Amino acid sequence: MKNKSLIVGVSALVIAASFWTAKYFYKAEEVKTVAKQEAGVFVRPHSPRMGNENSKVVVVEFLDPECESCRAVYPEVKKLVNEFDVQLVVRYAPYHHNSVFAVKILHAALKQNKYWETLTVLFESQPEWGSHHNPQPEKIWEFLPSAGVDVERIRQEMNDPATFDLIELDKEDAAKLGVTGTPTFFVNGKMVREFGLDYLKEAIKAEVEANQ
Amino acid sequence: MIWNLVFGSWIISAVSTAGSLFFSEVMMYPPCVLCWYQRICMYSLVITLMAGLFPANKNVVRFSLPLAVIGWGIAAYHNLLYYKILPESVAPCRAGISCTSVHIEWLGFITIPLLSLIAFTLIISLLIVVWRKLAYEK
Repeated sequence: MKNKSLIVGVSALVIAASFWTAKYFYKAEEVKTVAKQEAGVFVRPHSPRMGNENSKVVVVEFLDPECESCRAVYPEVKKLVNEFDVQLVVRYAPYHHNSVFAVKILHAALKQNKYWETLTVLFESQPEWGSHHNPQPEKIWEFLPSAGVDVERIRQEMNDPATFDLIELDKEDAAKLGVTGTPTFFVNGKMVREFGLDYLKEAIKAEVEANQ
Repeated sequence: MIWNLVFGSWIISAVSTAGSLFFSEVMMYPPCVLCWYQRICMYSLVITLMAGLFPANKNVVRFSLPLAVIGWGIAAYHNLLYYKILPESVAPCRAGISCTSVHIEWLGFITIPLLSLIAFTLIISLLIVVWRKLAYEK
């Protein structure tokens, strides 16, 4: 009986130890893969950006206009960007059914220089149009005028094939960088692995201090 | 002999549990709804099989086999969806962040649902052998 308990205990330890060892090697490998990516993977010429263009610290956010967590952190992220005077770049990881529809509208708004206003409106009205149980993307049209955009022009320009290509490129880059959820942040090319605004703030702070 | 068989099935359930946690917590693959239902059975098996080792008698079969069979059924359904034998529209994967079809494919055909099905099949087989042996001993 005592012997048997020992066998079970040792086996449990071996399984747990294998788990932690595998985790250690996996994480080490993952850091190497991200480090190997060329800078272009993080920021593409088409990517919308805000904040200080000359900042040495670039925060890249992979987001989805239909994602609730992205909506929740958005005002705080903007605050952090202003507080630390850094640059924010938006990339897409459209995981929901109407994400692509929303991104197409966003990029048509970019042509009118109303990108951030439109993104704010989309996030604020998200519970109305983007509920996953009852998505009603056509409701976006009701909220768009409050972003101060020319809605007719957006309707005409939103199906630009270039927008489709940039979404595909963002998806490819997201896969290369190991993005599996939204929002995912990279600060100067380093992924913020823990989810939470405090971790993001710490990462930005560290890079700002390192680049002073 | 009986003890070794139950011990073997406990090892399978413990390794499967560690593996599934590795996929979700280390590799950050979001588990889908069906995966969670299989986890309910597999994680419980780790406990019931271990408890059933002290002492190893027919009770372990009574308590563990139903869990293993339910888990096997869900895994089988999941595989039918995954390998497109059932139409994809039946898939319950629609909720929130969880369903971005990220998955492994070792050697071109070994996927996470297949690993689950294999684990449940092995556990069921071992438990049936235990059951038969105990019946025979009587």
